[in-house]
This record gives sequence, C-alpha cells and structure tokens, in this order.
Amino acid sequence: MAEKIQVGRSDKSDLLLTIERRTRGGIRLDLVSSVAGTFGQQIRATILSTLEALGVRHASLTVDDRGALDHVIQARVEAGVRALWPVEGLGVWPERRIKRRQVPKDRLRRTRLYLPGNNPDLMLNAGLFGADSVILDLEDSVAPADKAAARVLVRNSLLAVDFGAAERIVRINPLATEFGAADLEMVVPAQPDTILIPKCEAAESVLEVEERVAALEREHRLRYQIWLMPLIESAKGVLNAYQIASASQRVVALCFGAEDFTADIGAERTVEGKESFVARSLLVLAAKAARVQAIDTVFSDVADVDGLVKSTEEAIALGFEGKGVIHPAQIEPIHRAFAPTPERIAHAQQVIAALEEAERRGAGVASLGTKMIDAPVVARAKRTLQLAKALGLID
Amino acid sequence: MDLVENAVGRLVPTEIEGRKLRPFQGAHADKGGGRTAGALIRAASDYRNKLLKSLDDAIDACGIKDGMTVSFHHHLRDGDYVVNMVMDKLARRGLKDLVVAPSALFPCHEPLVRHIEKGVVRRVEGSMNGPVGRACSLGKMKSVCVLRSHGGRYRAIQDGDLHIDVAFIAAPAADAHGNANGVYGKSACGPLGFALADSLYADKVVVVTDNLVPFPCYPWSIQGGNVDYVVQVDAIGDPARIVSGTTVITRSPTRLLIAKYAAQLVVDSGIMHEPHFSFQAGAGGVSLAFVQFMAEHMARAGVVADFVRGGSTQYMVDLLNQGLTRYILDGQSFDLAGVQSLRDNPRHIETNPFVSYNYHTKGCFAQMVKVSVLGATEIDLDFNVNVNTHSDGWLLHGIGGFTDAADAEVTIITAPLVRGRVPIIVDKVVTVTAPGEMIDVVVTERGIAINPRRKDLLQRLKRSSLPIVPIDKLYRMAIDMTGQPEKPTFTERIVALIEFRDGTIIDAVRQLVPKT
Repeated sequence: MAEKIQVGRSDKSDLLLTIERRTRGGIRLDLVSSVAGTFGQQIRATILSTLEALGVRHASLTVDDRGALDHVIQARVEAGVRALWPVEGLGVWPERRIKRRQVPKDRLRRTRLYLPGNNPDLMLNAGLFGADSVILDLEDSVAPADKAAARVLVRNSLLAVDFGAAERIVRINPLATEFGAADLEMVVPAQPDTILIPKCEAAESVLEVEERVAALEREHRLRYQIWLMPLIESAKGVLNAYQIASASQRVVALCFGAEDFTADIGAERTVEGKESFVARSLLVLAAKAARVQAIDTVFSDVADVDGLVKSTEEAIALGFEGKGVIHPAQIEPIHRAFAPTPERIAHAQQVIAALEEAERRGAGVASLGTKMIDAPVVARAKRTLQLAKALGLID
Repeated sequence: MDLVENAVGRLVPTEIEGRKLRPFQGAHADKGGGRTAGALIRAASDYRNKLLKSLDDAIDACGIKDGMTVSFHHHLRDGDYVVNMVMDKLARRGLKDLVVAPSALFPCHEPLVRHIEKGVVRRVEGSMNGPVGRACSLGKMKSVCVLRSHGGRYRAIQDGDLHIDVAFIAAPAADAHGNANGVYGKSACGPLGFALADSLYADKVVVVTDNLVPFPCYPWSIQGGNVDYVVQVDAIGDPARIVSGTTVITRSPTRLLIAKYAAQLVVDSGIMHEPHFSFQAGAGGVSLAFVQFMAEHMARAGVVADFVRGGSTQYMVDLLNQGLTRYILDGQSFDLAGVQSLRDNPRHIETNPFVSYNYHTKGCFAQMVKVSVLGATEIDLDFNVNVNTHSDGWLLHGIGGFTDAADAEVTIITAPLVRGRVPIIVDKVVTVTAPGEMIDVVVTERGIAINPRRKDLLQRLKRSSLPIVPIDKLYRMAIDMTGQPEKPTFTERIVALIEFRDGTIIDAVRQLVPKT
C-alpha cells in the first residue's frame, strides 16, 4: 500500500487533497480554501470527522479547497484514506440525503445527460436542465488513476445531490475490467435508479450484473429494485441485441454507442451516420421485440443545433425514444423534436376518450370512426399524451 | 462617535471627521432642495494656450498641494494608464494626504495601494475595487472612504459634498482647446460621460490625450470651455484592456438558465408588451445572455423597445441593427462593437450620469427604464442587496450604477443560488448597498423570488410556469446545500461609508479581522 496519495482536483466545487500515512503525531491538516472566511471551520471539522469515522488517527493532509460541498470533501478524504488504509464497511456517508422513489420502468427517456463521475461541479446543477436521465459516468470519462476517487464521489452524489426529476443512472466499468465489480459494490448501496452496462455484447453480461446487483440489494436491504440499461457498442453486441434486451426483467432500454461501434467495425463516424444505420435499426427492432425502449447515441457537436435536431428526427423516424446528451444545451432541442404535433395530441385524446367510453358501456372493442382501436394504438396514444404532458402542452 | 439606526436597521454614524451625515430614510424620502455647487469662473482671455508640454507642467500649473482631491474616470477600465501615471508623479513630489475620487477603479490600479500605505493617499471617495478595496478592509486608509454610485457621485459633486480640486480626464481624442471625446483614436473607449461632472465642477480640469486632433474635436463629450489644460502623452491606456474585441456570452448552463428565467419573467409578466418597453442589462455573462433571449422573444412577438440602456455590447448593437430597439442610451462601451456603433450610428446616444442616474435633478431616465437586470454578491430575506462586500467581509467592489439603475420599474437581480459554496441568499447581508424596497425580483437557477411588496407582479405571474417561490425557501435551499456560513469578524473602526444615491448613509463598513 502507498504511503502518500493525491486525490481530487484544483477546480471549482472541488478540492485537491494530498494525504500521507503516519504512524504517530496525530492529524496534521494544512488547509487553504477559497471560502476560508465563511466555511473554514466547517471544512476543517468535516475533514477531521471523516478521518475519525474511518479510524485514521495519524496522517498529514494538505488541502487546497475551491468551494467543495461537504459530500465532496468527505468523498475526497475517504478516497484518500481508502488508497492508504484498509476500510471496512460502507465508509462515511453524507449527512444530507435526498429522498427518492423508484422511477417507472417505462418512463420518458428522451434525453440522458452524461456527467463525468469525477467532476462534482457539473453534477451539482445537472438536475436543473430538464434531462429525463443523468448518467454519472465511471467509465470512459474517468481516467484509470481517478476511478477509485470517482467511485466514492459518485456514491456521495447519489445520496446528497438533488437531481430533481431526472432518473439517476450510473455507468459502471465493464465487469471484465478490474474496476467494474468495485463500482457496483460502492454505488449500489446508495440506490441509483439504473445501472448502465457499457460494451455489452451478450446476455451473460446482463445476467452477471443483475446477479451482483440483486445480491447487493439484499445485503443492504434496498427499498426498490435497480433497473439495467445495456449499452450496445460493438458488432457482436448488435447481433446479440435481442438476447441482451430480454435477458432480465430489469432491462428498461437498449442504448446505442456510435463512437465505439464505428471503431469496432473499422468505419469512420459521419454526421449522416450511414455506417451505423443498419446497426441502429437492428437495435430498435431488438428492443421493441423485447418490449423495452431504444435509445440512440449522442450527437457530439454541441454547437450544431440544426444537426442535432436533424439527427434526433432521424432517430425518431427509426423508432428510437431518446438520445444521449453531452451538454445541457442539447436537451431542449431534443425535447422539442420529440414533441407531438397538435394533431397527434388531439387524435390521442380521441383514442383515449373512445376507449373510456367503450369501457363505460362495457363494450369489448372500442372504435374511432370506422377504425377499431387495438392495443398498439392505445399504447401509442398513451405515449403521445405522456409526452405532451411532460412538455406542458396539455394539463 | 454617535451611531443611529437608519431605515434599513443599520447603525451608521451621524458625523465623521467633521462631516455631518444623514442616515438613510428610504429610497425616495430625500427631496433634495439645495442649490448646486459652482465651479470657479475665469476669463477666456487667460486661456489662449492650454496645451502644455507635459503632465508635470500641468501638475505645476494646477498647484496641487497636500490634502487636495484629485479625480479620475474609469472609461479606460483595466487598461487605464492615467491614474497610475498621475499618482506616481504626485507621490514623487512628496505630496501627502491626497483624496482620490475615481468613478471606478480596476485591478490595474493596484499601485495605489503603495501610495495609500505611504500616506500619499488619505482616502478614496467614489469607488473601490479589488486591491484598493482590500487595503481599505484592512484599515490602511488614514481616513474614512466613501463609496458612491455613479449617479451618487454626480450628485455629490453637484451638491458640493465632494469638492474636486483637480480633475484628470483621459481622452482618446482631444483638441488643444480641450474639446474631447472617446470615439476616435487608438484608445477609443466609447462615452466619456462619467467625467462630465468633473469637467463642470472641478476647480482645475486637465484633459490628457494620446490623440491630439485639429480643432474642433467633435463630438465634444467634454467641452473645451470647461477645461484648463491639455496634455499629450504617448499612451493613455492599453487598447487591448480598454475594450475587448468582443464580449462573450456565458457558456455556463446554469447561468444561461438564470438568464432564460429572467427573460421569460419579462415576457410572462406582460411587461414586454407594455407601451414604452425598455430595459437595461450590463456586460456580465448572464446579462449578455438575457439580452440575447430578450431579442429572441421580442423578434418572435414583433416588439420594438423604446430604448435599451448600455453599457453597450455587440448584443445591444445587434438589437439596434435588427430594429428591435429604437435607441441605445449608452453610458459606457464594453466592446469594440459598442464603440463603433456609438461613433457611427446616430441612434446610439452617449449619456452621462446627470441625465441617466442623478437623483437631485428635475428627473433622470433611470426611473423611466421598465426592467433593470443587475447582479449582486448577496441578497437577504428583506431583499436588501449587497454589491460591495463579499460574505467573508472583504470590501472588493464599487457600487457602479447599481442603486441608480435599481430605480427602474422592475428591478431583477440575477445570481446563482450558491457561488463557490457561498450562499447568495442570506438571512442578513453583510453590507446594505441598496434597500429591499427597490428590489422586485431575485432570479436564481433554483427558483425565483418576488418581493411581496410587488403584489401586482405576483398577480401577473400567477399563470406562469416559472419556479416562483418565497425568498425564505431559496434561503433554506442554499443553506441545505452549503451549511450555515460563518459571519465575518470586524473591529469597531469604520473604514468606509456606503452612501445612498441621495447622499444619506445606508451602511458603514468596518475594518475586517481576516481569517486565516
């Protein structure tokens, strides 16, 4: 085990901590903070109480704080301690807890906003921009050296940050890597809504995650089940998409990742997305066959709003129900593209009214004009009204 | 020292260093009624050649002595050379106890701190920012400083509260007679309005230029008939820091959300559709975004503003060029687009604090502005606003035009709920710059608070989908995130007075005991 380590960053809402193991001399804390005048004592107390709770009695710490909140300070201290000392149990959980209920399996997932798991500043306000889901990412956006610290930060953020109505998804590292299992052990007790399984290529990957998640749910007596969302990013994954989607009742959606997919098939990623057209279509078919949602990849040019809208319209035409988002500015254009037209809303209202009327009359079959209303029509109408309501188009 | 409680509950002195002070009584309680101060009258025959060879000659000619008051204006912003140039020369002459009266200071004026420490400068009246404010907080000034708004500074000069012995006016273009403007030359900065009072009321007026042009220099923002001497120097400032090529809109999603809420509030309240619609917003990232969002709303609804109020920026200029406003009424230019538009577009009008901000007049247009969007360091549960000190007690900012612009029909404060862990909504502000009675709306990314006094606004926004909440809910949200901040520790010694625009004392700043 190392004797000294640095965690965190000299960045807004974060801190850079250097912690060194000592065998005597108690705790030596050298604190510099941009908010020393207003929170100096509280920061010091948080650091010391975290060390105490983790059983550290002798250590030297240098802290350069840039306005980190308590749950971030605790995460950084705990990450430092975990790197130098063995830590039993769940660690130190933040005092502030945001209460959550399970999100419905078929909730709207038009936008899923990616947030790097090692950046507390971006997480702080992520719930304000109206994304249907936020993804606290432990995989691609976190360097290997930062993964352990990010894991603690993501856990604390799940507990202490108010993400509003957004579904809280954590993208773990693949279980095949050295990080994946540790990710689950750290974040599952903090009850995320959903786990995003990256580079998913087979049903077995889903089952393996499900098994570990279920065991952790039982061990920590979680209040509700965590959903799973496989991310298909390879040719093999596309070809196995249906098996992946139907591997577990916990799967709520299949997501497509174009960046890794194009690399996998040896193609260049283009704005038009011709290279992934077939794969995306297959993914939609697989998801729909398994009765789960299909969610499209991200559009990576933040400045190109027209391109984003075009890409979203194409995704909608293919049958996707959402897109990945890398900047909050992309949320509104995507939601606008998903908004049903007034004609579609009116038709959906007529369908539901006709159905209710048929139920009232005790009729087995409902019809609108000369057309019979069957289950898919009803499902589509309900979806349209759900969207219209989410957008404030109807009460 | 006798202290009395003023109308916002602050203990303020009634007299300081021989000057009688009036406590703040309310935003519109003071009715003025005095007569204006007068400048010394001289004969034109004595002014056949005002052009002097050097700044030293001008200082000699002005007869600057210990204890005198010298003034400057801030249109050259962080690129200004003139304040340091003049003050260094005065210091080299061994002068002491000078009062410096700038309309604003910037970080480039840090050398003033040395002059303060050596006793060359006794105090600052007008504005303190950054390093000079920090020195004031630490009690380095010999006597008590006075902070005033732009309109308050004009009023103080006009009413005789601030007597300027010698005014130094940096001019991007001037002729040998002293006519000057800010729109031509390598140091073009836009309007020169903040120096108008200095030119009218100071005993001696020196125009300092790096661009001497043949008579007549027109437009003449400063008129030669009010100028004693003209000096040409190599450079009055660094053009790159006087104005930026472009002012840039914020990219922060949180700040964009705040700006979006503010603009939506103007639409949802119906104000945008009222006759004589006008608004004012500064050059900060949120303000620029607000202007852009307003432009989109106005274009969609076919609304044309009567005027918009600068500081001018590219975004303001775009409004004018797109026909979304009839005029820009401009006090200062923040980017090159603003300077160029002021020079070239007759509907871009230069203003000064007499017509825009002064409270002791027969009317100023601050009160005609429908919506004013302003920033703040703190807002409290009574809607009192602090723009001078930070929550940790450091005096780091001047007032700018805050208390004047807050006289608009609807004053909106835009601020993040938490800035670098520090809550912006607090139980009591460290320093009151503007009374809560002038503040109508506080817009944060997590909610919007309407001053309960504005029942009309609350009524008009009843059907709005904006997240309108009581201000104490915003306060609780902030504290819930950050924890309760520690209060700063001050000594009893007053180091600066916060003067309201009418000349009354709204608060006093004490010497800070810094925390390590």
